[in-house]
Amino acid sequence: MSALTLCLLFSSALFAVGLAGALCRGNAILVLLGIELMLNAANLNFIAFWRYGPPGAGATGPVFVLFAIAVAAAEAAVGLALVIAVYRHQRNIRLAEAVRLKG
Amino acid sequence: MTAVLVIVAVCTLAAAAVAFALRPLVHSALCLVLAWAGVAAFYLWAGAEFLAFAQVLVYVGAISMVVLFAVLLTRRQSGEGDSRVAGAARRVAAGLAVAALVAGVLGRAVLAVPPASAPVAPPTLGVRQLGGELADGHAAALLAAGALLTVALIGAVVLAAGDAGRHGEDPP
Repeated sequence: MSALTLCLLFSSALFAVGLAGALCRGNAILVLLGIELMLNAANLNFIAFWRYGPPGAGATGPVFVLFAIAVAAAEAAVGLALVIAVYRHQRNIRLAEAVRLKG
Repeated sequence: MTAVLVIVAVCTLAAAAVAFALRPLVHSALCLVLAWAGVAAFYLWAGAEFLAFAQVLVYVGAISMVVLFAVLLTRRQSGEGDSRVAGAARRVAAGLAVAALVAGVLGRAVLAVPPASAPVAPPTLGVRQLGGELADGHAAALLAAGALLTVALIGAVVLAAGDAGRHGEDPP
């Protein structure tokens, strides 16, 4: 099995773990962390193809990963602020109980 | 070379899986920090050192701190699980089934592709080269990312502050 295949399998498995975590847990923070893990799994693919892809692509893969990390950081900051805002309203952060937008 | 990749992958996947299986939120967050460190180790292995440092700074450093603060600020229900919510077992089963399905489809797709030709020389990426790429071809995107981060952090502060500012204006 080639190293590229191993990298892609690794990233697929990490994506599946993140998806399972985001779907199975009812806690808003853990759902957010599962989404972060899925973003990381996608970044692994960029680096794997940059490392083993055809030469001459320059640094496109790492540059894309850098921007993805920046966007993920912004998403985490806003998401966790939303979690705190939800907690202030209903005194817990279970997503199943967050059914009201206003009130 | 490949053995290192397998070790990193197994450690990262185990940390991530344990993080979502554990009940206490703080333990989950700490295990996820381990998983993010594993991803940084993968970047180091692949030769993208700067990305590994960025990953450590952003995820292991900053995001983990924000997550831990959020966990501690919303601590009241962290001890009790979500198993008391009706239909939790069914949701967990459905989530696991969907994740297994996605993993199976992705794995089959990866394995169905014929392996690439003989490995080429690994590309090198110095910080100088990466900075040149960023400032040369992606300057507009870099500025947009900076503006996005600024707006997002200000928005996060406004959201998290909530009514705290308004209480001061209320007449006694």
